Amino acid sequence: MADVGETRIITRRMHERPDDSWTIEASLGSGGYDGLRKALTMTGEQIGQEQVKASGLRGRGGAGFPTATKWSFLPKGVYPRYLVVNADEGEPSTFKDRMLIERDPHQLIEGIVIAAFAIGCNLAFVYVRGEFALGYDRLRQAVDDARAKGFLGTDILGSGFDLDIVLHRGAGAYICGEETGLLESLEGERGMPRIRPPFPAIEGLYAKPTVVNNVETLATLPHIILMGGEEYAKLGVGRSTGTRLFSLSGHVNRPGNYEVELGNTFRDLIFSPQLGGGIRNGGSVKFFIPGGASSQWLTGSDEHLDAPLDMDAVSALGVMLGSGAVMVYDETTSPALVAWRLAKFFAHESCGKCTPCREGTGWLEKVLYRLSHGLGRPEDLDLLLDVGDNISPGLNAPFSQTTICPLGPSAVSAVVSLNKYFRDEVLAGIAAAEVPA
Amino acid sequence: MAFTPENLARAREVVARYPRPKSAILPLAHLAQDQDGWLTRDAMAEIAQLTGVTAADVLGTCSFYTMFKRDPVGRLVVSVCTNATCLVTGGPEVLEHLEHRYADDPEVTVEEVECIAACGGAPAMQVNYEFHEKLTPDTAAEVVEAYRRGELEARTVSGSRR
Repeated sequence: MADVGETRIITRRMHERPDDSWTIEASLGSGGYDGLRKALTMTGEQIGQEQVKASGLRGRGGAGFPTATKWSFLPKGVYPRYLVVNADEGEPSTFKDRMLIERDPHQLIEGIVIAAFAIGCNLAFVYVRGEFALGYDRLRQAVDDARAKGFLGTDILGSGFDLDIVLHRGAGAYICGEETGLLESLEGERGMPRIRPPFPAIEGLYAKPTVVNNVETLATLPHIILMGGEEYAKLGVGRSTGTRLFSLSGHVNRPGNYEVELGNTFRDLIFSPQLGGGIRNGGSVKFFIPGGASSQWLTGSDEHLDAPLDMDAVSALGVMLGSGAVMVYDETTSPALVAWRLAKFFAHESCGKCTPCREGTGWLEKVLYRLSHGLGRPEDLDLLLDVGDNISPGLNAPFSQTTICPLGPSAVSAVVSLNKYFRDEVLAGIAAAEVPA
Repeated sequence: MAFTPENLARAREVVARYPRPKSAILPLAHLAQDQDGWLTRDAMAEIAQLTGVTAADVLGTCSFYTMFKRDPVGRLVVSVCTNATCLVTGGPEVLEHLEHRYADDPEVTVEEVECIAACGGAPAMQVNYEFHEKLTPDTAAEVVEAYRRGELEARTVSGSRR
């Protein structure tokens, strides 16, 4: 294994100025808003369909959809149109956007202005997860300071371009991280996802053309503009260009956020001394969840640990890089207990709109509870798969779904993985436990 | 309780930010909690008036979101994570300890919450949405006590700075 370190692009400022990276002074003292100045000399088309397209940037929220393509879906000549920033980070074990918001809010604002200019939008909304109290405070101060310096408001830096940002706090609902659930919530409704089509690009917020982009995606834009899209695309591997911020947690020696060039491996991320630093107490990886709770799992096998951090390569393994969260579990862990806790999460967060998810996630939670608490029955694993098949027919990744949004199928991932890798362990556990008559 | 004149002015300002007034329901519910310590029926009725919908619409929206407390809660809301990373790093033990310790304390409301994006410092909790990480049952209780003694300044139950 190579001694892999970080490639700091979007996390550079917060490491260089740990005591004040969130202030306008720190931002301007370290290149802040230089990307915006350069972007304002271009046309929107040049930014989106030349620079961002050449960069290969793919959405960092989880789905990995190419950003330039998403922007290109906006219908020509239809205004107003909105940019909505998805800062509702809630995927279990993902904590990167929180850091980007708290520690470099100006970088995000700069990205927002660039994106809004590129797509021709004059009003942007930032949907900030309700629990991010400090992040909201920092963002609010940053918006005020940016406006005072002429980076927001009317005639930004003399360009004739106007933009205002409305900060909007959520109130505790994972489903609002799903983009149409987010739009419903922003309109003052329960955060229940919408049936697509129409897609947000055609009818989004207030039924107007809308782009929803993730925090990390937008925070990357100033650097793409400054480096040039082609230069940015030299980082990374294949269609997974650039860096990504990975949230590493669990039984590693050095949990935390690491900005890593795509193409390095899970082994690098987990074991490199400058990154995860290996497993606690010198232990080994029993399994890990590579892309947030919604992903299927991987094990400590060489094949899995040596898989590259590459959205397409991991798809071939039936998992996803998703939100960039990597949860690592050592040999002391009960996989059934983890599966139960994840099922409990999805059952709690199911919005209730689609029957297979509303009912199915509750079943998964209850059956996994007894399975992980010494009350399991031999037929339980197959029962779980049957329930899962009603939510996500075929039980394969990428998901098929009987639901409007991917939350239901996400709840099935853990069940499929538990059966695939730990069926024998689970069955042995059931046999060993005393089952009440 | 209705909004104070000062908060009513803020509320009108918030409504004006949005192309449609109904969008202001969540921010106004936070504002009401900042003022009252929980989300009262009177507040929801006033939010309905301000946003041009019915009180039932406001309740329908607000009841979807876990941060809105439709019954009185303690001055300190302690939110302990037990999700997938905190699960294996001591979160459930922190929760159990705090639940037991503050079971009969009207000033402190302990709740189990889903992932709060602090997994790098697991196990983690929030006190009125201020993060506290790398906890043990004892250090978690010490944090709560520091708020009670006023050594740590608490945000509102909706997480705003006073």
